[in-house]
Amino acid sequence: MKELSYDAVVIGGGAAGMAAALELEAAGRRVAVVEREERLGGILGQCVHNGFGLIEFDEELTGPEFAERFEDRLSARPIEAFLGCTVLELEVEGEAKVVSCVSRERGVMRLRAQAVVLAMGCRERNRGNIRIPGSRPAGVYTAGLAQRLVNVEGYVPGKDVAIIGSGDIGLIMARRMSWIGCNVHAVVEIMPYPSGLTRNIVQCLRDFDIPLYLSHLTTDIYGRDRVEGIEIAPIENGALVMEKAFKIPCDTVLLSVGLVPENELSRKAGVSINPMTNGPWVDSFLMTSVPGVFACGNVLHVHDLVDYVVEESRRAGRFAAEWLAGRRPSRELRVKAGANVRYVAPGRIEPGRDNKLYLRSMIVKNDAVLEVKLDGKPIRSVKKGHVQPSEMITIALGAADLVALAAQPDSTLEISIQ
Amino acid sequence: MGGGASGPGDSFDVAIIGAGVCGANIARRLSSYELDVALIDKEADVSFGVSKANSGIVHGGFHHNKKYLKARLEIQGAMMFDRLKAELDFPFARCGIVVVALHEDEMRAVEQLYSQGVENGVIGIEMCSRERMLELEPRLSRDALGGLYAPGGGIVEPYRFVFSLVESAVKNGVRVFKDWKAASARREGEAWVILAEDGRSLRARYVVNCAGLYADEVSRAFGAEDFSIKGRKGEYYLLDKLTRAKPDRVVFPVPTSISKGMLIVPTVEGTVLIGPTASEVEGKDDCSTTRSELETILRSARNMIPDISETDVITSFAGIRPTLGEDYYIEASGLVPALIQVAGIQSPGLTASPAIGEYVKDLLKKAGLRLVEKPDWDPFIDKMPRTRELSGYELDALVESDPAYGEVVCRCERVTEAEIVEAIRRGHTTLDGIKYFTRAQMGRCQGGFCTYKILKILMRETGMGWDEITKHGRGSTVLRGEL
Amino acid sequence: MRKELTCITCPMGCRLVAESDSSGELAVSGNRCPRGAAYAREELLAPKRTVTATCRAAGAAVDGSGTRRVPCRTVAPFPKERVPELLEAIYGLEVSLPVARGQVLLQDALGLGIDLVATRTLS
Repeated sequence: MKELSYDAVVIGGGAAGMAAALELEAAGRRVAVVEREERLGGILGQCVHNGFGLIEFDEELTGPEFAERFEDRLSARPIEAFLGCTVLELEVEGEAKVVSCVSRERGVMRLRAQAVVLAMGCRERNRGNIRIPGSRPAGVYTAGLAQRLVNVEGYVPGKDVAIIGSGDIGLIMARRMSWIGCNVHAVVEIMPYPSGLTRNIVQCLRDFDIPLYLSHLTTDIYGRDRVEGIEIAPIENGALVMEKAFKIPCDTVLLSVGLVPENELSRKAGVSINPMTNGPWVDSFLMTSVPGVFACGNVLHVHDLVDYVVEESRRAGRFAAEWLAGRRPSRELRVKAGANVRYVAPGRIEPGRDNKLYLRSMIVKNDAVLEVKLDGKPIRSVKKGHVQPSEMITIALGAADLVALAAQPDSTLEISIQ
Repeated sequence: MGGGASGPGDSFDVAIIGAGVCGANIARRLSSYELDVALIDKEADVSFGVSKANSGIVHGGFHHNKKYLKARLEIQGAMMFDRLKAELDFPFARCGIVVVALHEDEMRAVEQLYSQGVENGVIGIEMCSRERMLELEPRLSRDALGGLYAPGGGIVEPYRFVFSLVESAVKNGVRVFKDWKAASARREGEAWVILAEDGRSLRARYVVNCAGLYADEVSRAFGAEDFSIKGRKGEYYLLDKLTRAKPDRVVFPVPTSISKGMLIVPTVEGTVLIGPTASEVEGKDDCSTTRSELETILRSARNMIPDISETDVITSFAGIRPTLGEDYYIEASGLVPALIQVAGIQSPGLTASPAIGEYVKDLLKKAGLRLVEKPDWDPFIDKMPRTRELSGYELDALVESDPAYGEVVCRCERVTEAEIVEAIRRGHTTLDGIKYFTRAQMGRCQGGFCTYKILKILMRETGMGWDEITKHGRGSTVLRGEL
Repeated sequence: MRKELTCITCPMGCRLVAESDSSGELAVSGNRCPRGAAYAREELLAPKRTVTATCRAAGAAVDGSGTRRVPCRTVAPFPKERVPELLEAIYGLEVSLPVARGQVLLQDALGLGIDLVATRTLS
């Protein structure tokens, strides 16, 4: 069994992992990236649609293009990338961390490092997670699996499709299925508003006259061997109205009902998890509860744009490099989700530096105001033309915003939406 | 597990109809004698009926009165599992069983179970005070008043048990016919000729009917006894390995008149199973789950372990138990010759099944079948390495000999390509067959990440086209086209 | 003519109403910024879409192994009503490997002056 040493090991070679690794290397650190697939890029490889890179590259790219640009940057630098290599375990041995991983070519390896960056991304919630009753025939797939089958493997999972959940991958797949000659009969969303981006509702559903059933619950999936249809019923005033239930015949059900950060590895290594995000609790260094273990991208909280993922991951890479150089946060403020805010990440910031916060609204509202309070005193308010749960909000809080203020060591910064 | 075609020339001493846990045990038992045995099943893989969806419990021997055959077989069967595990390498653990009383009147019922257990000779059974109960299972509700503890009870992965039994039977000469639905039968001389739905046929001097839910139809096809198997559906939830609500032992409520109630089972593989419900159903192949029943399970389970959370649910499923009467119906047919009926094997059927194998062997002998022991019978099957159970050093050595052990296909349950290939080579060529054999697709992502990889391995290893890959046989095609 | 649509230029999602008078002039209302009016005009008069798809990789193995699809896109938005025709053309292509990101797979698609390029380097 081979044992290798690095300054930092990045787990996951998607957008987040690549961005973090590049920063660590730029700071002069010896970095290895461990990626389970045969190629870097993560899920971007199967996202052949466009809409990526508007912030990062100031142009609209497809997933593979976005991934490859980072891949090119990575291969130009002395960064070790272990491909086709699955991490088995992350162990913390005092100051050192050991990442055990296995691959076809190298067998089991133990990678020793002072710092580890978690960048494993997320997984799709499935039928069991949202407890849709009914039979268990062939033809029920998560949207991401269908996307892989169609875009990379070149197979058609089914011809007559119903999509449960209006997440972006589901919407993108509605268009993809239509473009390969299948019929998409419905998109069913339990909430009164779609959970995907508006532009996807317009370009992926309306272009193809695909009905979107808001406030509808899927009450049954039926069919013995292969899916024969689903039954859905409206939710009116908070109650399910079974009298108005109806059937939608189809041979395929795609699920797009949310993403969950994949933190089993982190949990086993003793990293504490925030139940609101399902990602690790992190401090102003994006460092988890285990010193020297950092987290970024969708494993930290689910982002809606890869551009935000790389922005955050670069910070994680930089912070990890600073931490390796011995810097520690001088003073931290606690960040709290106030009214109408689901969560704010990270949960702690250092007032002396430029901070970027990511948050999600719990409400849909036009002309909203983002209120930032320090120990109850308003310090900033930002107008937002429109807020909705599916669109992540970012806010930059620089040193100038915070340092001048008389923040106490145990001060709390609260962000709310009014 | 060769699932070869049968020709008119195929002639057997014994044909066993139904490759569930009973059929598999009987087949394996008979494989130790100089006999030609056929094990046939209508499904695409063995264990695809009643045996794949149940609680997977090796019962404690205190639920039933010894006047019943099922109680006697249960007690005898339960004791056979340790040896079977040593021979057959399937997941089994004697983790113990507790029965929890939440009310004063339930304590009286527990006392009765205890007396019955003592009467049945259950080793180590004890009555538990509230304190003892909470010491054994600290996650139990503070409302627990006490209960019963049977340390010998255990858990088993039922499909893996069947797979291992069948593998052992095949290794010792039994032939398995899958996708072979026995539709009718006639006597020809001293033998039965069994006709499959699709026109295939085989001959057998003796027939064992252990067709589970369809034992009544098979009996009629042979012109034998007319009885009616009723389906009783049980729905389950499966919880993630990382749930905080995992007990160390199987937790039973106090039983009702129709069932043992809804259990909380820490499975051998680390997940937690809760259920089953019990509802009479018309159709025998309707394994659908329902909203109301699933809600009942969560409520009931939370009564016993309040930490159980719906966010831990990774999947739900239903199984159907074949019910006939109060007791099992295991006898030689009184109407036709050379037919042994094994019907109405509901709970504790899995526990009783090894003893049923013995019992049926004796019935066959009584009916005139000559049993000559094979000198070279091999009770062991080839153990297969499971990546998730290996240390880093062991896995490293395996990758050295077969690089496919370095390719993790299913990340949630840590199943490598080598194990998928092995499953296929052992005859599991549907997605569900691979799932039950390897656990790939069975974890928290439920196949979201690995299904396409398994499809490709299946095509490569079997030469099947994309349109031939199914979830569980028949019309359950996975793909509908190619770009 | 009166048509309702949702602006997708930014996340605001303004509900636009476009009405044309007898002279054919298009009046847009509901937009909170000038981009909304421009979006409505283009969407109604000459709607375009960037088309992304995959085409067959030459010599793709029947057993599902190896590279089977080559992802591609139009270098500019494509007239919406011609998209089905374009998709037909894309599905009819067979691309030999290796292929480089940005490599033109279909020049001047349907004679509309827009190229189709590969979006991933595949060997």
